[in-house]
Parts: sequence; C-alpha cells; structure tokens
Amino acid sequence: MSDLTKLTLEAALGGMEKGEFSSVELTQAHINACADAGKLNAFITDTHELALEQAKASDARRAKGTVGLLEGAPLGVKDLFCTDGVKTCAGSKILGDFEPTYESSVTANMKADGMVMLGKLNLDEFAMGSSNETSAYGPVINPWRKDEDLVPGGSSGGSAAAVAADLCLGATATDTGGSIRQPASFTGTVGIKPTYGRCSRWGTVAFASSLDQAGPIAKTVKDAAILLESMSGYDAKDSTSLNVDVPKWSNSCGQSVKGLRIGIPKEYRMDGMPEDIQALWDRGIEWMKDAGAEIVPITLPHTKYALPAYYVVAPAEASSNLARYDGMRYGLRVDGKDLNDTYDRTRTEGFGDEVRRRIMIGTYVLSAGYYDAYYLRAQKVRTRIVQDFENAWQSCDAILTPTAPSAPFAVGRKVTDPIQMYLNDIFTVTTNLAGLPGISVPAGLNADGLPLGLQIIGRALDEDTVFKAASALEDAAGFTAKPEAWWT
Amino acid sequence: MSQPENGAPENGVSADDVRKIARLSRLHVEDAQCGNLADELNGILGWIEQLGEVDVEGVEPMTSAVDMSAPMRADEITDGGKRDDVLKNAPKKDDGFFVVPRSVE
Repeated sequence: MSDLTKLTLEAALGGMEKGEFSSVELTQAHINACADAGKLNAFITDTHELALEQAKASDARRAKGTVGLLEGAPLGVKDLFCTDGVKTCAGSKILGDFEPTYESSVTANMKADGMVMLGKLNLDEFAMGSSNETSAYGPVINPWRKDEDLVPGGSSGGSAAAVAADLCLGATATDTGGSIRQPASFTGTVGIKPTYGRCSRWGTVAFASSLDQAGPIAKTVKDAAILLESMSGYDAKDSTSLNVDVPKWSNSCGQSVKGLRIGIPKEYRMDGMPEDIQALWDRGIEWMKDAGAEIVPITLPHTKYALPAYYVVAPAEASSNLARYDGMRYGLRVDGKDLNDTYDRTRTEGFGDEVRRRIMIGTYVLSAGYYDAYYLRAQKVRTRIVQDFENAWQSCDAILTPTAPSAPFAVGRKVTDPIQMYLNDIFTVTTNLAGLPGISVPAGLNADGLPLGLQIIGRALDEDTVFKAASALEDAAGFTAKPEAWWT
Repeated sequence: MSQPENGAPENGVSADDVRKIARLSRLHVEDAQCGNLADELNGILGWIEQLGEVDVEGVEPMTSAVDMSAPMRADEITDGGKRDDVLKNAPKKDDGFFVVPRSVE
C-alpha cells in the first residue's frame, strides 16, 4: 500500500468509499507519522488510542451504509476548541489540565460527520501571536526549513505544520486577525476564514468575540471546502451565528471564473515588501486574467489603519473575555495573601508576556476617560474599513492580494518587537474587521525555496466565489512542492 | 493619567499609570517592571495614535461584524443538573461547593 498520509482528504474519502483501505489503516498511518514528528511540536495532546476507537466505529458505520461527510478521516483540532473529556488548554498555563465536559459546536459537527481526531494542535497562547512562539507549550517548528528552524506562522501554527507535514488530512483552526491564513501561507497549505457567523463560536475559547471565526487548514482548496461544509452551520447557542444554508462549496471548486471581476487594491503595494512577494502577486494577476477573469484596479483607502484599529478592538475584547480566568472555578490557582492577591498571582503566573501585554492595553483603552479616544474611535475606523469594501464591491466580485508580507522567518527573530510581529497580519486583518471571507492559497516559492501564499477576499456569505477564484488560482499555480521530511 | 481634550494622553502612560492599569487588569506587576512596561505600552499606543488621522466625523461605530439583529429566544431553562460537571475542573472543592479564599472579613 502506498503512503496513505500523502493523500488529500478528498482522495482518502474516495479510497475508503471504494474499499481500498479502512479508516483504521488510514488512521494508523497518520498516527505513525505523528509519532515520528515530535520535533515539530505540532501537537499539545495526542489522542491516538481514542482515534483508533473512532476509526473502528467509523469502519463499522460504513459497513452498515452510514457515511458522513468526513467519515473516517483522521484530522487535527486546534487546542482552542473544547473537546469533551480531552484536555483543552488554549496554549496557556492558566487553563492547567482543563478537561471540558462538553464539545464545541464546530467539533461536534465534525464528529457527527465521522471525524477521527488525532489530537489537539499547538497554537499561540489564546491565539495571540503570529509565529506560534507565545505558546506555553513551546514553539511549533515549520516543516519548511532553510538552514535554521523557521516559525510556521500563527496563531494556528500547529494546524498548519501538521497539515504541511502530512500528519493529518486537515485541521481546524481559528482566525481573529489572520491566524488561519498567515500560517497557511507560511506552510504551503490552504486556509480559509469564512464570513463571520458561518461557524459557531460556542465552545471555542474566546479571544476577541467580534473578530474570532473558525475555519479549516487543508492540503487543497477542495479539501478546505469539504471541511468548511462540515464545520459551518447555524447554532442557537451562539447569538452571532448566521441562520443561513450551508452551500455545497466543494462543487464551486473548479468552476470557471470567466467574466469574474477581480479587484487589485493599490494600497496593498507596500513599501519594503519583498520583491518575490510582489512578483508572485503580479503572476497571480496574470493567472486570473488567463483564466478569463477581468482585472480591476480598486482602492481600499483605510487599509493602513486596519492594524492599529485591530490593536485597540482585539485587546479590548480580550481583556474582557480573559477576565474569567480568576483561578476560582477551573484551571490554575496560585494562592496569595488574600482573594485579590490570589487573583493577581494566578493571572500573572498563568498568562504569558504577550497575553498580559494585550490585557493591559485592552484594559487601558476601555478605562474611564480613554474609551472615546481609543475604543470608540477604532470602532468608527472599522466602519470606514467596511465602507471601503462596500465601495470596492461596486466594481469587483473578489479581491486578490498577497496573504502575508513575508515568507516564514526564523524562530526567535521577531519575538522581542511586538509591533514588528503585529505587521504580519497587515493583509489579512481587514477581512476580520469587516467580517468577510478570505482564503490563502499556496502560489509559489521564494528565492530561498520557502512557500508564499496569495489571498482571495470575497463579499459576505459569498464563499462560493471565493472557492471558485481560489481553485482557479490553485490550478494555475500548480503548487506541488513539499518540505523534505527532515524531522523523522 | 494626564488627559488633554481630545482624549489621548499627551505624554503617554507613566509608571504610575502602569500600576493602575495592572490593578484594573488584576495582574501583579513588580515596581521595578513598571518603567519598562510603560515604555512598551507607549510604543504600541504611539503606533495606535495614527487612528487620529482618520476622518470619523458623523461615522457610526461598528458594533457587529454582520448586519443582523440580536435573536430572541424563550426564557426557558433548557439545561442544568450538572453539578459534578461544573465542579470537575475546580482547583479546590468540597462537598459539592467551590472552595475559594475568604472575600469578606
């Protein structure tokens, strides 16, 4: 039997359908790959025994003719999704060995569709980071290397690394400012953040509730569509969940983009952007043109204000969401001299540097006398960014941009300069602020042989067009490069 | 915190401000760290200041990422009776209760 871990999700589902191999065989192959990949530090918690039980149950269901959308597929789950009976710690010490007694709506959907869960994937602490270096469980190492260890991006660094290294057929991830798309770009994988409200936030550890949105990281655009179909859907337990149908996005993949108007925002041509990223973007424009799309220059004038607005809104919401970690009901407790001292010491020891920094910024911008100057102003700038997109949709149907302003960088290089790190999300954060869908597609290698992604942004709820355009990009790019398996 | 009319502090946050923010954030900060933390926060806040360049006259603040009204539901109990689940991850518990430090002297 050929190496089952090299298959796409689509091919693996097809192989099981034809009876070429069982879920148990497929799952065992991935467990073996995971066991050999300790150096990548992609997983925080392995659930290999549970995975084999789930695979057996899946094979039994299939034998009876019950086949879900993800039937028998071994997948990874970012450790931000609560999983019943399996440790969930959000990459933080403050949750200790927290073991939920309930299942997040997203993973519950996937389990109902037959998912086999290989384990919980590493991430930046509470999803706050762009390099996976803020995890209390150590950094994830990118399967792609150049003389030294590189970061996989973040915050969904474990998800991206595991998919890139063929440790799982796909993975769940979350995206608050670019945390699905930037790691996808850094690892040569596909990642989509759908429209805000497509995936329920219930049971997913909260970072910034008006921006947080789940989505998949996958090997191909079609795999991402299949995974998103399973993850999405209305959930009464999340008051921002959209009560709309989930289209069959996998059918959008491969459809013609003839006549589709692709906007190219001039503000995304940034000074100091590496030449190979600029060149790749230009190539992407040619590819879309060759596929029959019409290229339209557009303007998104408030682009440069998106990141500073984000670094008011996201920390403000985080400071509120993370107030729940007080050491009383679950997670870590560090005893102090009285109740307040216990709170303070628990939170100071339990949270890492970046999380404490963001809590303090958030607290400050929401504090009396500063709310209007910072928070209210940022929310108004956010409206301006939404208006930018609304104007753009008058003349285009989707927007093509680079995903990230750089290729993967060395572990430790940027960790000391917060703003330098924040700039990673410069091309992705606008869609979070506006609630729009965005996908990153691997499109080429830079001069160092490292992967680079291009991003397609669509109208709210128009993932259909996003998948069509992404699939055309994928076909034209013909990205087949894989990292050499140095970690085994 | 000194505060001019347009809201943002003119000279940035001071070490004293850091102590106040830490107290509001329920974080313990050693006195020796306050200066460094103030520098760090001022670096980030200074970068955020550029939002002042945007014309937001008459612009409504965005409060929801999607255009939808908050859904209503019946005020009914739909879940419960899960004391053991609720207590399962408690750092300290006794006889079906959370055990916490004394909060009233």
